[in-house]
Amino acid sequence: MNMALTNDDVHEIVRILDASHYDEFHIETRHFKLSLRRSGTAAGWTQETRTLSSPNVELHKDKPAQVSRTEPEDSDADQGDDRVGLTDIHPPLIGTFYRSPKPGAPPFVEVGSRVEADTVVGIIETMKLMNPVTARVHGVVAEICVSDGGFVETDSVLMRLCQETS
Amino acid sequence: MKIKRILIANRGEIAVRVIRTCRELGIETVLAASEADLKSVPARLADQTICVGPARSALSYLNVDAILAAALESGADAIHPGYGFLSENAKLAIGCRNAGIVFIGPTEAQLDGIGDKLKARSHAIAAGLPVVPGGSVDALESALEVATRVGWPILVKAVGGGGGRGMKPVFEPSKLQETIEMAMAEASAAFGDARIYLERFVTSGRHVEVQILGDGEHVIHLGTRDCSVQRRYQKLVEEAPAPNLADDLRAAIHKAAVDFGHHMEYRGLGTVEFLVDCLSSEFYFLEMNARIQVEHPVTEAVTGLDLVAEQISVAEGWPLRLCQNDITISGHAMECRINAEDWTQDFRPSPGTVTSAIYPVGTGIRVDTHIEGGGSVPPFYDSLLAKIIVSGGDRAQAVAGMKAALANCHIDGVATNLAMHSALFEHPEFAQGGIDTSFFPRFMQS
Repeated sequence: MNMALTNDDVHEIVRILDASHYDEFHIETRHFKLSLRRSGTAAGWTQETRTLSSPNVELHKDKPAQVSRTEPEDSDADQGDDRVGLTDIHPPLIGTFYRSPKPGAPPFVEVGSRVEADTVVGIIETMKLMNPVTARVHGVVAEICVSDGGFVETDSVLMRLCQETS
Repeated sequence: MKIKRILIANRGEIAVRVIRTCRELGIETVLAASEADLKSVPARLADQTICVGPARSALSYLNVDAILAAALESGADAIHPGYGFLSENAKLAIGCRNAGIVFIGPTEAQLDGIGDKLKARSHAIAAGLPVVPGGSVDALESALEVATRVGWPILVKAVGGGGGRGMKPVFEPSKLQETIEMAMAEASAAFGDARIYLERFVTSGRHVEVQILGDGEHVIHLGTRDCSVQRRYQKLVEEAPAPNLADDLRAAIHKAAVDFGHHMEYRGLGTVEFLVDCLSSEFYFLEMNARIQVEHPVTEAVTGLDLVAEQISVAEGWPLRLCQNDITISGHAMECRINAEDWTQDFRPSPGTVTSAIYPVGTGIRVDTHIEGGGSVPPFYDSLLAKIIVSGGDRAQAVAGMKAALANCHIDGVATNLAMHSALFEHPEFAQGGIDTSFFPRFMQS
């Protein structure tokens, strides 16, 4: 079992330091690193901790041994766009892209769908919140670049729209 | 039985919290972590970490089979589900029973009767508790009819919800269908259950809850908490005890919570939530949370108890170690939830890497966190970085202590709501105590 530092330990150290003239205290063991500082701006002390012990990771027997990272899917956004007049739709946030309002439901839009600026074309789930993605322009969906459930960054291209002037 | 090894089926600060008590009790810990969390602080603190699947919760933290397989493989004799994820999932409790593993929580029947918010309403009525008018929605087409019968405005709630997720107010019939669809999507993603129901939206009131603890036969309460500072049903500040409540009203709320616990023959730690109308001194049952809650530290601060230790004791099959007369509420405690969100940009989530995390320390200050400098805040989970809990002899002392503690907290690399909390604690109305749920939106506008 790792040697842990409890809140009570830290309070005890601070109590000792309070009676001293020191402004900083640093301690490092194999398992943690702790820095205590007398606060300059406000009364009291601050703590900065690093847990140094390595995770003792054991992978499932029935799972592949390596840890795969979730990569953005179908990202052909970097290939450049030779079609003039197409407008890229980017996600408002990093997260998971959903094409339909709920699992099993029909997608918000398909290629060929006509959209207005406020038409919801997808959802980005970030930190358990569903954030609607709107078309922002008036036009027709020309291409959908990310599949349902794909992980996207803010510079990913979700879909391309053929903008129309109204 | 004596529990020797606990699988923690959760992440973040609550995983760290459970590990802390397990260490004090000499219980080994196995963390069930997703691929995104294999290097997290709880993964470093646990005796062993086992990967239960990819980053997305549906494939890892919400995957009952993966969690059970991890428990069996690691030789754990119990599972602590924390809050959220599978904490109120009867399938996990049933799976545990079949596998001969202790589920640290209530019985399957209680989870079903409480986790299903519609059944919980019926139980509350049967136990003699007042409830807000409401009704179930079987088909989208009938929603408008139900809403009209219940009365506008309407609150859409997830049947499998809890912790404020999947609740959305609707003020006009034309918005009902799209709001229900969005709520169903969120409920499905968060709880694996897309069902929703409707309740009348009570526009202002205080959110007061009672911590209860039962062993299946005896039920005691550990006092009130006030969680009225909320944004879209997400609690931001909590305190214990609830301030400025008349003694008879507080006693009636305590009694209602214990009555509900007795009616359920409740076993474990739970919270009965109420909406309190202070003008009329009326209160309504909202829901019960059959698990440990995010805000449990304020109750620990004023009672001196370790609620995770009490959970484990009850799960081991012991009768309650405490009777009602053993519980004394002394002083006052407040908690601020420090979230990775940009409160100046409509609370936009701010995932990323925390470059530096400096926390306050001192008498009466407790910080529950999973974030250190260099730590990662993945986009797949909630935005809670840390909880700062400050206690004092009375509410004024706790408020003053919290102001100083907030000033000594510095988190860089991601946006946080620290400055929002500092501004909130300077607000005279908040300082007075007893604000209702309409306060926070007004505070944000000003």
